[in-house]
Amino acid sequence: MSELTLFLVRIAYLAILWIFVLSAISVIRSDMFGARVPSPAGGTQPKPPKPAKQKAPPKRRGSPTHVAVIQGQNTGVTAALANAPILIGRGNDAAIRLDDDYVSTRHARIAASGDQWYVEDLGSTNGTYLGTQRITQPTTIGLGAQVRIGKTILELRK
Amino acid sequence: MANALLLQFVHRRRRGAELFLLILALVVGIGAYASVGLGVDGEVPANLVGYGGWLAALVIAAHVVVRMVAPYADPVLLPIVAALNGLGLAIIHRLDLAEDTGRADQQLIWMTVGVVLFVATLVLLPDHRLLARFTYTSGLAAIALLVLPMLPVIGNEVNGARIWIRLGPVGFQPGEVAKLLLVITFAGYLVVHRDALALAGRRLLFIDFPRGRDLGPILVMWGVSLSILVLQKDLGSSLLFFGLFLIMLYVATERPGWLVVGGALFFGGAAVAFRIFGHVQQRVEIWLDPFADRDGDGYQLVQGLYGFAWGELTGRGLGQGMPSRVPEAESDFIMAAIGEELGLTAVLAVLLLYGLIVERALRAALISRDGFGKLVATGLAGVFALQVFVVIGGVTRLIPLTGLTTPFLSYGGSSLVANWVIIALLLRISDQARRPLPEAPQETEDPDQQQTQVVKVQAGDDR
Repeated sequence: MSELTLFLVRIAYLAILWIFVLSAISVIRSDMFGARVPSPAGGTQPKPPKPAKQKAPPKRRGSPTHVAVIQGQNTGVTAALANAPILIGRGNDAAIRLDDDYVSTRHARIAASGDQWYVEDLGSTNGTYLGTQRITQPTTIGLGAQVRIGKTILELRK
Repeated sequence: MANALLLQFVHRRRRGAELFLLILALVVGIGAYASVGLGVDGEVPANLVGYGGWLAALVIAAHVVVRMVAPYADPVLLPIVAALNGLGLAIIHRLDLAEDTGRADQQLIWMTVGVVLFVATLVLLPDHRLLARFTYTSGLAAIALLVLPMLPVIGNEVNGARIWIRLGPVGFQPGEVAKLLLVITFAGYLVVHRDALALAGRRLLFIDFPRGRDLGPILVMWGVSLSILVLQKDLGSSLLFFGLFLIMLYVATERPGWLVVGGALFFGGAAVAFRIFGHVQQRVEIWLDPFADRDGDGYQLVQGLYGFAWGELTGRGLGQGMPSRVPEAESDFIMAAIGEELGLTAVLAVLLLYGLIVERALRAALISRDGFGKLVATGLAGVFALQVFVVIGGVTRLIPLTGLTTPFLSYGGSSLVANWVIIALLLRISDQARRPLPEAPQETEDPDQQQTQVVKVQAGDDR
């Protein structure tokens, strides 16, 4: 074996190694950007994409426009109902982020249905209360209704 | 909202891409074997067809099984593993030629066992969530496995670390299997108790610290890791287990306070171990100044560093260097052999491949739809990341050297088999995660039920 042949073998092998690495990366790349919603050929039709956001109910005089924290560590924080649904919790992705030890990461949600506003508990540890009543299913709330979450109280406002 | 997009994002099966990459991976493995023959003997090895055929049969069998039982699994993991394993086999074969041993044949047998178990895992485990049932069983099994080497008859001490059991001719490192079982245990435990661990605490210097009473599990794990260090004198495993637990705890609770507490415990334990144990002190001294005793204690590390240096950018060429100068070149120091014969170029490629394995595991965790699967995938990614960092960091003198195997490259049956099972588990989780969502459940007559259902789908959307 001549020196030159061995050199070429070595370079060729390194090239193969890197071709493999780069093809693996290109498969990953196409995996991220190349996915398509499959056509309904396989019999099972994929669900049509749901609207990402719910429509906020039509503006009327007297309908609430934002949620405000009225008691607890984060008193004064508000969130506009136009961005509904509104997630409340200790997590960073919550629209109203509460620094309250008794609040779960994703605690509750305020969402609209028709022109009604609902509050819904998201399986929190300590529960969501309307007055003294712990809610177990989405419950309508109106202007001024007080929702208690941990040590925090929230209210719908105009 | 990002997740709402993800749910509408339908993954393709990508099995064709996997096959294409697998063929390239076989070229990498068999090419290395041929290149070793060319470099050492000046001719292509006579058994290249038999060897290559065996390797190809194993890899294709694994691919066919994935195609049948996990059609949506990640397309990149299996080819990367096949390439690393093939490269490792070739390097071990090259060291065999230099030292006149037969380790590569044994390693090929272990790889066969590994692929058989890989197939068995995929076939027998249709859903990874079944493993959540065995949370405490697998924890008990892991502790039993860790205790086994301490038993008088079957326990066996190799190079100062008591981590082997030996039954007749077959030796086994139970710690390699224990790490997989521990991931399952931690995931099962944390998915149930995460709220309790994440909920309460006090805030100090911008970091939420956990409550005193929640420190129990982390103290237990710290104790287990320390006792591995004390009783088995195995630095690597104790670091791996504790680091793994810390990563999973942090991911499950989203509380950096745990990292602070765990880091403090780790450095406290390390400082005490440094004071008490001679072998820890020795390792640190070698790390700080390997050339102080280059023919004695520091010999292995110094020879490894010479190997990297001599290899330069493109290496000496397979079969052209002297990698067998480094003791244990086929296991802990296999990166030094690669660095010497294939150079920095190949070392970087291998590191990148490990990085891709970790990335794919974390991606499976991200898109997984259940908390248990997320935590298991994260834990397995953590095992790989920690193990590669600890062993390659040690060999390249970034951190003190601790004995751990380089996954898929090193000679060693237990490690190879356990890692193949880990990859099977990752493929299973990614298959579940990438599979399109099943149809929404049928609507019921009861209007109340209907309303809750609508809300429930939205809750899923938002998560």
